[in-house]
Amino acid sequence: MNMIEAINDALDIMLARDPDVVVLGEDVGYFGGVFRATAGLQEKHGKTRVFDTPITECGIIGVAVGMGAYGMRPVPEIQFADYIYPALDQLVSEAARLRYRSAGDFIAPMTVRSPFGGGIFGGQTHSQSPEGIFTHCSGLKTVIPATPYDAKGLLIAAIEDNDPVIFFEPKRIYNGPFSGYYDRPVEPWAKHDGSVVPEGYYRIELGKAKIVRPGSDVTILCYGTMVHVVQAVVADAGIDAEIVDLRTLMPLDVATIEESVKRTGRCLIVHEATRTSGFGAELAATVQERCFYHLEAPVERVTGFDTPYPHSLEWAYFPGPVRIATALEKIMRV
Amino acid sequence: MPDAHIRKTDNLPQLSLHIPEPRFRPGDAPDFSDIAVPAVGALSRPAESATPAAMRDHAYGLVRVLEFDGSASGPWNPRLSPDRLRAMLRYMMLVRAFDDRMFRAQRQGKTSFYMKSTGEEAVSVAATMALARDDMCFPSYRQQGILITRDYPLIDMMNQIYSNRGDPLKGRQLPIMYSAKDYGFFSVSGNLATQYPQAVGWAMASAAKGDSRIAAVWCGEGSTAEGDFHSAMTFAAVYNAPVILNVVNNQWAISSFSGFAGGERTTFAARAVGYGIASLRVDGNDPLAVYAATQWASDRARTDNGPTLIEHFTYRAEGHSTSDDPSAYRAREEYAAWPFGDPVLRLKQHLIALGEWDEGRYAAQATELADLVKASQKEAEKNGILGHGLHQPLASMFEDVFEQLPPHLVEQREQMLAEQTRKFGPKGRQCQ
Repeated sequence: MNMIEAINDALDIMLARDPDVVVLGEDVGYFGGVFRATAGLQEKHGKTRVFDTPITECGIIGVAVGMGAYGMRPVPEIQFADYIYPALDQLVSEAARLRYRSAGDFIAPMTVRSPFGGGIFGGQTHSQSPEGIFTHCSGLKTVIPATPYDAKGLLIAAIEDNDPVIFFEPKRIYNGPFSGYYDRPVEPWAKHDGSVVPEGYYRIELGKAKIVRPGSDVTILCYGTMVHVVQAVVADAGIDAEIVDLRTLMPLDVATIEESVKRTGRCLIVHEATRTSGFGAELAATVQERCFYHLEAPVERVTGFDTPYPHSLEWAYFPGPVRIATALEKIMRV
Repeated sequence: MPDAHIRKTDNLPQLSLHIPEPRFRPGDAPDFSDIAVPAVGALSRPAESATPAAMRDHAYGLVRVLEFDGSASGPWNPRLSPDRLRAMLRYMMLVRAFDDRMFRAQRQGKTSFYMKSTGEEAVSVAATMALARDDMCFPSYRQQGILITRDYPLIDMMNQIYSNRGDPLKGRQLPIMYSAKDYGFFSVSGNLATQYPQAVGWAMASAAKGDSRIAAVWCGEGSTAEGDFHSAMTFAAVYNAPVILNVVNNQWAISSFSGFAGGERTTFAARAVGYGIASLRVDGNDPLAVYAATQWASDRARTDNGPTLIEHFTYRAEGHSTSDDPSAYRAREEYAAWPFGDPVLRLKQHLIALGEWDEGRYAAQATELADLVKASQKEAEKNGILGHGLHQPLASMFEDVFEQLPPHLVEQREQMLAEQTRKFGPKGRQCQ
């Protein structure tokens, strides 16, 4: 399966398993979603389970909070993460705090799916990576898969979770694991182990990172599309790097990070999002606090630049192979 | 080409920016004689299945039942039994007594904050009485009358206001932001109008599940300017959601008069017309009109005829909150000049006109309710008042952020507990 098919499969399974699961969003119903993630679901499960909404993100999330308060388990879609901002008040002030402020009287068991990330010539409003806004907000969980296998297992776990989950889908790797070498053809998922997706129900526990490549020289912390870019760079660079796919940013698997960095003594953090106050800063601080006496070199971050996401200069902006390789060389030189 | 496309402006009038201004400021003598008081019976009572388009007059008129002489008439008269009327009066008087006592408790330093609903008791009490007990209410912060009408324990309301040991919300919420799921009262948020789409979503869920319960939501006229109001109206119309959308137009949003919410040129009920939602504009100080409108909207929603917006035309008699001094921005005598009177006194007058009540019973009940509130307050204060030490276990601060405590919160909890002695002395939670 590719990642779209895996997500579609997870939704299909959860719609069948739990009558309280409901999928809503712009174009998700009859049409099946602009990325086809919900294709066929309305026809199979009915219009009151999978339906189109007006174009109002604050309405979509606000309505989902109300459906959750009733006892349903909504899975709203925000068409692009770049368009999640109108819903921020409902997410940050309401969904994230409802359990806390009502002392468990009301909960918001929803999973907000949204395609995110760049590398597709999406320009300013089809490329953003706003995960840092959500990890900063207590009460929300943030999950980002990097393979079809993980996407299905994590999405099922997110839907079953009784806390609100922001589920960002790296749209660059919907159809294949992008290496970051934009001049090379993208391989289809079929050639990647992560595309082997079991039939039926399975779940991957939230809050657990995955070591996708064990190594001893340096720990690279990454998630989403960057997992594949980092893998390609490491393969070319001949460095025995340990690559950690975080998968869940909140709650963060600190134990896996700490264990890895203490073993390698070096740490590189890679994400597409802009640098300043990005999630990488949290990771760097965590590593510094917990692994200070084990560090052989300063913790490095390769991230998007602190500019809006450009259209024509995309490959100068994208934290691709050259920038990652340069940072690795710098870390290993120390 | 010369500059033919550039408009010559020297012969055009200058534009001017309109900044709304209330008619009366401190020191002015208010005169509301130009506010239309439509006759009781001026508006028909259409079938609950009427199309929104047929309700256009009801968005601009005013549903009224009670004459100012205390008689009730017209097609909207709900013809409640004297017992129901007396119950309604009692709840409204209880809300007022509760507000008075808690306002004073704040002034005495027993809590940090309070908000009264004086003058608006009908909007919550009469509406709640017209709903089913298990309909879900999504209130703003000025509908304490819902909880009181559903017999929620006064002591628990006070426990919440005091953030004490008995606080059902464990001291996490600002006073008056109650939550009581078992009483059909959704958790109050500080963020205005967010409950509007949430109520619509709850109603959609009820409909999707084939339930028979409906939702009701309240916001002030000021909050209708929020984007969430528009989203909710759109969703409610699109999905024909079984929801009652109450707009409490009390003329004031803190210091801003309703003109800043767009009230100068139209009614708030008229907003519904553009969305294709049935609307009723009612005299919010007429408890029977509020009851009748809610009953109509409730029947409409329950029979799958869709949502109704009700504008309750009323007046915020007191300051916005204990942190507000209305004499800084509005004329002192406005409430006395308000043409629709006081909802409690009007219902009392009606009962007396029916021969079902008298001034002596009213005075006795006022005393009885004041005593009840006072006794409840005494009980609640046994659980502590704000400022007298820490009433919740410190570790409870970290609970309910998530269903289960994630590792980073476990760590932060340990850190805080380690600070406990240095911060609060060797006894830890002193003054408990």
